[in-house]
Amino acid sequence: MKMTQRALLGATVSLALAGAAMAETTITVATVNNGDMVRMQGLMDDFYAKHPDIKVEWVTLEENVLRQNVTTDIATGGGQYDVITIGTYEVPIWGKQGWLESLNDLPADYDVDDLLPAIRGGLTVDGNLYASPFYGESSFLNYRKDLAEKAGITISDAPTWDEIKAAAAAMTDTEAGVYGICLRGKAGWGENMAFLTTMANSYGARWFDENWVPQFDQPEWKAVMTDYVELLTKYGPPGASNNGYNENLTLSLQGKCAMRMDATVSAGALTDPAQSEFADKVGFALAPDAGLGKRANWLWAWSLAVPASSDAKEASKTFINWATNKDYLALVASKEGWRNAPPGTRTSLYANAEYAALPFAKMTIDSINAADPTNPTVKPVPYVGVQFVAIPEFAGLATSVGELFSAALAGQKTVDEALAEAQALSVSEMTAAGYIK
Amino acid sequence: MARAISPRRKALTTLAAWSAAFVIFFPVLWMVLTSLKTEPSAVAMPPQLFTADWTLENYAEVWQRSDYPRFFWNSVIIAFGSTLLGLAVAIPAAWAMAFVPGKRTKDLLMWMLSTKMMPAVAVMIPLYLVFLKLRLIDTHIGLVLALMLMNLPIIVWMLYTYFKEIPSEILEAARMDGAGVFKEIVYVLTPMALPGIASTLLLNVILAWNEAFWTIILTTTKAAPLSAFIASFSAPQGLFYAKLSAASTMAIAPILILGWFSQKQLVRGLTFGAVK
Repeated sequence: MKMTQRALLGATVSLALAGAAMAETTITVATVNNGDMVRMQGLMDDFYAKHPDIKVEWVTLEENVLRQNVTTDIATGGGQYDVITIGTYEVPIWGKQGWLESLNDLPADYDVDDLLPAIRGGLTVDGNLYASPFYGESSFLNYRKDLAEKAGITISDAPTWDEIKAAAAAMTDTEAGVYGICLRGKAGWGENMAFLTTMANSYGARWFDENWVPQFDQPEWKAVMTDYVELLTKYGPPGASNNGYNENLTLSLQGKCAMRMDATVSAGALTDPAQSEFADKVGFALAPDAGLGKRANWLWAWSLAVPASSDAKEASKTFINWATNKDYLALVASKEGWRNAPPGTRTSLYANAEYAALPFAKMTIDSINAADPTNPTVKPVPYVGVQFVAIPEFAGLATSVGELFSAALAGQKTVDEALAEAQALSVSEMTAAGYIK
Repeated sequence: MARAISPRRKALTTLAAWSAAFVIFFPVLWMVLTSLKTEPSAVAMPPQLFTADWTLENYAEVWQRSDYPRFFWNSVIIAFGSTLLGLAVAIPAAWAMAFVPGKRTKDLLMWMLSTKMMPAVAVMIPLYLVFLKLRLIDTHIGLVLALMLMNLPIIVWMLYTYFKEIPSEILEAARMDGAGVFKEIVYVLTPMALPGIASTLLLNVILAWNEAFWTIILTTTKAAPLSAFIASFSAPQGLFYAKLSAASTMAIAPILILGWFSQKQLVRGLTFGAVK
C-alpha cells in the first residue's frame, strides 16, 4: 500500500514538474504588413520547433495605425504588446524615454558585432541597443539600362544631380509613356519629405541650424525645391504630386520610369522576372550628390523591440534573437532563395558569395554605408537622423510641410510661397515646443 | 389625386436615381473587382476596370493567413451585444423623455447628441487608461460597453422620435387597465414601436460593425473584430491592394447581406415612423 502511495505521489510530482517546465508563455507581436514580415509569419514552424514553450500571437496593422496603438500602449504602460515593430525614427526617442527594454543581454550567437555599423548606430542610445534590425534599407537610383543605351548616355555608379537632370531630359519619351524620372510627390513625413530631406542634405540644406531655427528661408532650400519641381514637372509622370512609394514602384515595374530614386528594399521586386518584364534591364547607382560630400540617400530599418511594460521579456528576447539572427537569413534563403533574405542588417549577408552576386547587393550596402545619421548634412545640425529629425514633433511638422511642398509640385503654390509658409509654420511650431527660446 | 408624371420625366428621374446609386455603389464594385485581380493588375496604370486574369487566389491567401471566423464572431458579438445592451438602456430612457418629459429633457437630448460631435481621439488616452485599470482591454465586454456608450445618443434619439409619434392616450388606456410602467413599456409601447426599434437595431448594428477606431485601439488579439482584420492587410509600402480588397470584401459581406435582406424594414422604419 505504501509503495502504491509513493508511486502515485512520485508520478504526481513528476507530472507537475513536467507541466511547469512545459508551461507555455504567450507573447503578442505587433508588426506591419510587408513582404518580409509576412514571410516571417510563414516560417514560424522553425521557431516552434526550437521553442515549443513559447506561443506567438500576431497583431498586424498598417504602419501609422501600429504607431498610434503602440505609442498609446507604451505611454500608458499598458503591456498589451511584448514585441513591437518600430522604425529608426522612434527608437532613439523611445529609448531615451525609458519605454524600451535594452537588448544588450541577447545571447552570444546573436553576434551583435555582425550588425551593420550604420544600422546599429541608429538603434543605440547611450551605448544601449534598444531594437534589433529585421531589415534595413537606404535609397538609391534604379534606371532602365536599355533606355540609357538608346539615348546614348551612361549613368555612372556615383552620379551627380547635373548628370541626373541631363539623363532625365535624354530619356523622357512621353509619347511612348516613358518618363525621365519618378520621385515621391505624395505628402507625408515618410513620403515626399523622406526624399526631399535627403535631397536637401546633398544640396547643403538642413531642417534646423545649431539653435533649432528652421532654415527654409535659406538659398539651399530654394535650390532644392526649384530643381525638384522642375525635374518632375518637365520629366516626371502626370500627377506626380500624388505618387508615393507604391505608385512609383508600380510605374517602374511597368517600365514607365526611366529613373527612380527610392528605397533599396524595392530592388528585389524590380529584378524579379515574375513581377516585371524589365527585370533584366534594371541598373542601380548610388543616390546623386551635388559635389558637397553628401549623397541624397537615407537610412531606415524596421526593427523589433521589447516594450518596458512587457511581462514576458525573456520569451520576447528569445523570439527577437530567432527573427533577427544570422540563422534566420539562412532559413529564408533555404526556403525562398537569397534574393528574399531580409536585407541591410548584417555584414555577413554581404560577405556571402551567393548574396553578393545579386545585382543590387553591392549598391545596397554601399548606400547604407554612405548614410550617417549623426552627421547627415553638409553643415552642422543639432539633431540625429538622415531623412528625419529624431524629435517627437517632427512627424506632425514634416507632414504639414510635405503638404505645402506637394502643393508646390501640383502648381497650386509657387516654390517661394511654399518655402515661406514652411518657414513660418516651422518657426511657430518650434517656438511653441520650446526649442526656440 | 395623384399628380400625372410624364413618361419622359419618369425616365429621367429613373436614370438620375440609377446614376446616383451607381456612383454610390461604384467604390464597392471597384473593391470587389480588385479583389478578383492579381496584384500587378490591381495596381496597373492606367487603372483597368476589367482584367484578363481573374483569380480567387487573394481570397484563398487571406483565408489561409488569418483566422477569419474568429474575427467574424468577434464582430457579431460586439455589434449585436452593444446594440442590444444599448436598446435595453435606451428604451426606458426614450420612454421617459417622450411621455414624462421634464423641464430639461430637450437640453438633455441636445447634450447627448453633442457628445457625438467630440473627436474620438480627444478621449483616447483617458478611455484607454480607464479600460486598462478595469482590465477591459481586448475583451468582448469592454468593446460592447465602449460601442454601446458611443452609439447610445443615436439610439435614444431614434427611439425618442418614434415614441413621440405614438399617441400617449394608448399608454394612458393601458395604465387605466392596471398596467404598471414595466408592462406598459414591454406589452404596449414596444410592440407598437417595433418597426422603429427594428430599424434602430439594424442601423446601430451596421454602425457598430463598421466602427474602426475604438475596435482597433482597444483590442489586440482575443476580441479583435473584422475592422482589425482589414487593418492587418493594409500597408502603405507594399503591393497588397488585391489582398486588401479581398479582406475588405470578406469583412463587409455579412453586413451587406444583412442590410440587403432587411432594407425594406430599414427604409420603412427610417421614413414612416412608428405608427403610420
